[in-house]
Amino acid sequence: MLKIEQLNAWYGRSHILQGVNLKVEAGEVVCMIGRNGAGKTTTLRSVMGLVGRIDGQVLFDGHDISKEPVHRRFAYGLAYVPEERRIVPGLSVQENLRLGLVGSTNRTREAEMIDRIAETFPRLRERLSQSADTMSGGEQQMLAIARAMVSEPKLIMLDEPSEGIMPVLIDEMFELFNRMKADGITILLVEQNVERALSLADRAYIMDQGLIVHEDTAAALLADTEIQERYCAV
Amino acid sequence: MWFHSIGLLLRGVRVTFDLFLLQLFTGVALGAIYVLVALGLSLIFGLLTIVNFAHSQFFMLGAYVGAFIMGFVGNFWLALVGVPIVVGLIGMVCERFLIRPLYGRGIDYPLLLTFGLGLIILEIVRMLAGTAGIPFGTPPSLSGAVDLGVFFFPKYRLFLIGITAVILVGLWLFLERTSYGLIIRAGARDQEIVQILGIDVSKVWLVVFGVGIALAGLAGLLAAPIRGVFPEMGVPVLVEAFVVTVVGGMGSLFGAVVAGLLVGITVSFTSFYFPQMATLSMFLLMALVLIFRPRGLFGRAGLLD
Repeated sequence: MLKIEQLNAWYGRSHILQGVNLKVEAGEVVCMIGRNGAGKTTTLRSVMGLVGRIDGQVLFDGHDISKEPVHRRFAYGLAYVPEERRIVPGLSVQENLRLGLVGSTNRTREAEMIDRIAETFPRLRERLSQSADTMSGGEQQMLAIARAMVSEPKLIMLDEPSEGIMPVLIDEMFELFNRMKADGITILLVEQNVERALSLADRAYIMDQGLIVHEDTAAALLADTEIQERYCAV
Repeated sequence: MWFHSIGLLLRGVRVTFDLFLLQLFTGVALGAIYVLVALGLSLIFGLLTIVNFAHSQFFMLGAYVGAFIMGFVGNFWLALVGVPIVVGLIGMVCERFLIRPLYGRGIDYPLLLTFGLGLIILEIVRMLAGTAGIPFGTPPSLSGAVDLGVFFFPKYRLFLIGITAVILVGLWLFLERTSYGLIIRAGARDQEIVQILGIDVSKVWLVVFGVGIALAGLAGLLAAPIRGVFPEMGVPVLVEAFVVTVVGGMGSLFGAVVAGLLVGITVSFTSFYFPQMATLSMFLLMALVLIFRPRGLFGRAGLLD
């Protein structure tokens, strides 16, 4: 579904990604782990088209999207939930959800969309008319995920969804990811919460200094504490 | 000189409630023009982070396009519909081919560009229509005064207040009730997230710039019977619009409305009580607001960072 080949990315003069190769098959949950600054976020942003200068191939669903503008990548079925839960302040929860629908070709009616959201995210249903920035961090993260899901993307990229969120809500969030996985949704996940992420994922990549340094099944990596120590310990 | 002012003030103190109301209405009518100009300026700044220095020349262009339409068909109402469309389209062409290449290069590039664009528009109008200015009478159906019970009020100024109210309600409905409005509100807060959600922001910017410029053109047409039509008619407007935008808070539409009316009313009252202070009064108001609220009445933090 997603195939990245020899991806290089720069921020200004600094060469952040130095030839990343990665793939995600349909229905798979793949996670990327590694220290801060390893290039995980830059990889996701490059795939979405948010990095100014990149080089290499990004194939999505058979199309080379590496030259496409951001909104076209969305149209191909690519969704991205950036870190620090970017819900739009000043907009209500419902308006934030509607925003996930207006750019999409998915002509689901808003009422239907809200019914579906209510099943998956009961917390949001009660807060539809509330201003989104008055919710807790965890609820805002749920909203950001729900907003990315309403367009029914083929692949959803999640960037550190559990960062700065209460433990109770992290449990709830990973339950949600498990349900998404069971529904056959393809996920590319970047997570600091290594154990949880590996228990959820099918496969995992370890990144260090702008490169993929290790690749294995999630189960194998979960057992390999030595490699976890080497690349993920702070 | 100053005792003359005091004399006027003393006369002012004795003025009756209906005279006060008359000044208030005059101020609101004056403010209506400020509101329309500042709304466009604020809309463009809030979304595109462009300080549009050509705004006042589009205002002037609106008056000229209006005079041109009037000269052809002699119908003010047709001009009222035609001017925002024509001027808005010119604005969109400018955005597409002049401003768009400068996005992402910081605030000073488009600022210089629009400054130059304003000068070009001014010179083109001078070349095509002459430097002398052209007559523009109040449309016959709107001249004269209406009896508002307590005082007689010029029909045209009442119309100004009415049409501005209609435009405000229309703009509000557009922003609050349509998908496009939702995109605009979200885009003003977080451009990137709007792109991530599949929206082609360059199209949105084009429309927003067009709407902002259309408002400036419309304001120019509406001001024409009061201020007259001449190439330099936009020059004071730029200053006034910036005062209004700064008082209201850069990028805040609600602020533009409140500050526009506030500045209009302030100018109206000072012209009556202290005519010499009329122009200065808006700057005093601005200074006063900035002392207590450095971001303006409804300004958001971080918009210029």
